[in-house]
Amino acid sequence: MKGLRLSIVRSPLWIVVLPYIWLVLFFLIPFLIVLKISLSEFVIALPPYDQMFTWTSEGALSIKATFENYKFILQDSLYVWAYFDSIKIAASGALLCLAIGYPIAYGISKSPEKYRLPLLLLVILPFWTSFLLRVFSWMGILGPSGILNTLLLYWGIIESPLHLLNNTYAAVLGITYCYLPFMIFPLYVSLEKIKPSVIEASYDLGAKPLQTFLSVILPLSWPGVVAGCMLVAIPATGEFVIPELLGGTETLMIGKQLWIEFFNNRDWPVAASLTILTLVFLITPILIFQRFEEREVTHEFEA
Amino acid sequence: MFFMVLGYAFLYLPIISLVVYSFNDSYGGAVWEGFSLKWYGALFHNNRLIEATLTSLQVATYSATLAVLLGTLAAAALVRIKRFRGRTIFSVLTAAPLVMPEIITGLSLLLLFVAFQDMLGINIHRGIGTVVIAHTTLCIAYVIIIVRTRLGDMDRSLEEAALDLGAKPLKVFLTVTLPIISPALLSAWLLAFALSMDDLVIASFTTGPGSSTLPMLIFASIRFNMTPEINALATIIISFVAVSVLLAGYLLHRRK
Repeated sequence: MKGLRLSIVRSPLWIVVLPYIWLVLFFLIPFLIVLKISLSEFVIALPPYDQMFTWTSEGALSIKATFENYKFILQDSLYVWAYFDSIKIAASGALLCLAIGYPIAYGISKSPEKYRLPLLLLVILPFWTSFLLRVFSWMGILGPSGILNTLLLYWGIIESPLHLLNNTYAAVLGITYCYLPFMIFPLYVSLEKIKPSVIEASYDLGAKPLQTFLSVILPLSWPGVVAGCMLVAIPATGEFVIPELLGGTETLMIGKQLWIEFFNNRDWPVAASLTILTLVFLITPILIFQRFEEREVTHEFEA
Repeated sequence: MFFMVLGYAFLYLPIISLVVYSFNDSYGGAVWEGFSLKWYGALFHNNRLIEATLTSLQVATYSATLAVLLGTLAAAALVRIKRFRGRTIFSVLTAAPLVMPEIITGLSLLLLFVAFQDMLGINIHRGIGTVVIAHTTLCIAYVIIIVRTRLGDMDRSLEEAALDLGAKPLKVFLTVTLPIISPALLSAWLLAFALSMDDLVIASFTTGPGSSTLPMLIFASIRFNMTPEINALATIIISFVAVSVLLAGYLLHRRK
């Protein structure tokens, strides 16, 4: 037996080096640079920010840092509202995804085994078509001369077109639509693991369907619920395309504000500060997500 | 069951509407004015569109390939090496891009490229190369998720057996491990390819003048209200995806 044990392939340590260097260089260091630029002053130049480190004539390093950008953002109600709006819209989108996605995921996990894969494929199929085009399709449905308004006018239900596009509800709808597969997948994975015998046992012990759902199925699928909500809510908080195309001017999401600061106002330091502030309140959910992911994966391997 | 049908309807009706209206003769608006293929014709004469499609295809091919190479190494490290220096940071770095808002990844990468240029005093040309770096960074995380699961499930005793029979580690990897994980590598590559083809935000930040990707062009057209042409383009993309998936499904089915 000892001889066998010795022959396990030892994965060489170097395999970690390349991806590690890549991720540090292109994922970690960029944030440090963003942090640095968020502390520098806006100047009209190329690139449009002041140098933070300069060598003085005596050969000493002079560091110039300012918190003005942060002060500017936190004192301007526009940005504060944008943060508030982002969280509200992302959370509503995640909850709607959960409400729509749970029955779908449950239905798939309960269908005969040979139908499961095709049903799952049908969930991802729209995901493979362009994200932009999926958002765009809602513009055609909700617009003033769009499908919904045309139909409602035709049936005589309304007399003048409804204002359906360019509001917060449209943005929430767009997020729900585009992020739905990210909710269904983790839900399905956790629902599929529940053994039918557990549910039968609950019925045998006299539990009603609702009671069984609340005290057996829901707690057992909780990991899927948490992972799904994180996968939807975190990226949706910084979403740009959906609020831009569906949300109109009334939707102030932080991703949109960031885009405007960067591309229209060319104020890189303020854009950088917005990024850092967004990261500050996303970092906790991101770390929770990572812990969760790690635990789930190792758990699966041990099982 | 009822909710499930409703859910699928919610997923598919908007897409079907795109396809239907791509054949509408009218310019915008939901009123049906007769069947027409003129928007498809317009599409094939749009040179900028063809150029952007080629740029996107190139970017997606390079990024998917790079991401699969780096992501597989990372997945192997995470599954097989239980302890190494900085493992915690590494696992955070591999999971974070999954949920990081694209706009943050895009902005921070652009600032990195500008800072490089500043510090090293060399001119970094922003275009296909920089977008490939950005997309690879994004896609690695997805590749890791897929490959990691497969590596974790695989039976290590096969490798042990090959080693006991005297195969060298490299040969074991090429003849035993690689064939076992190759379906996972293929699906990871396809996912990375699709992610790259689809990205607007990160590409907008990291590309330079003259290298617009397909989503950037679509976004501009939506803003300038060129809707029927986009419907036609959407229909082509959707048919392509649907046919590929059906074909893949059929081939898988036949192999079984």
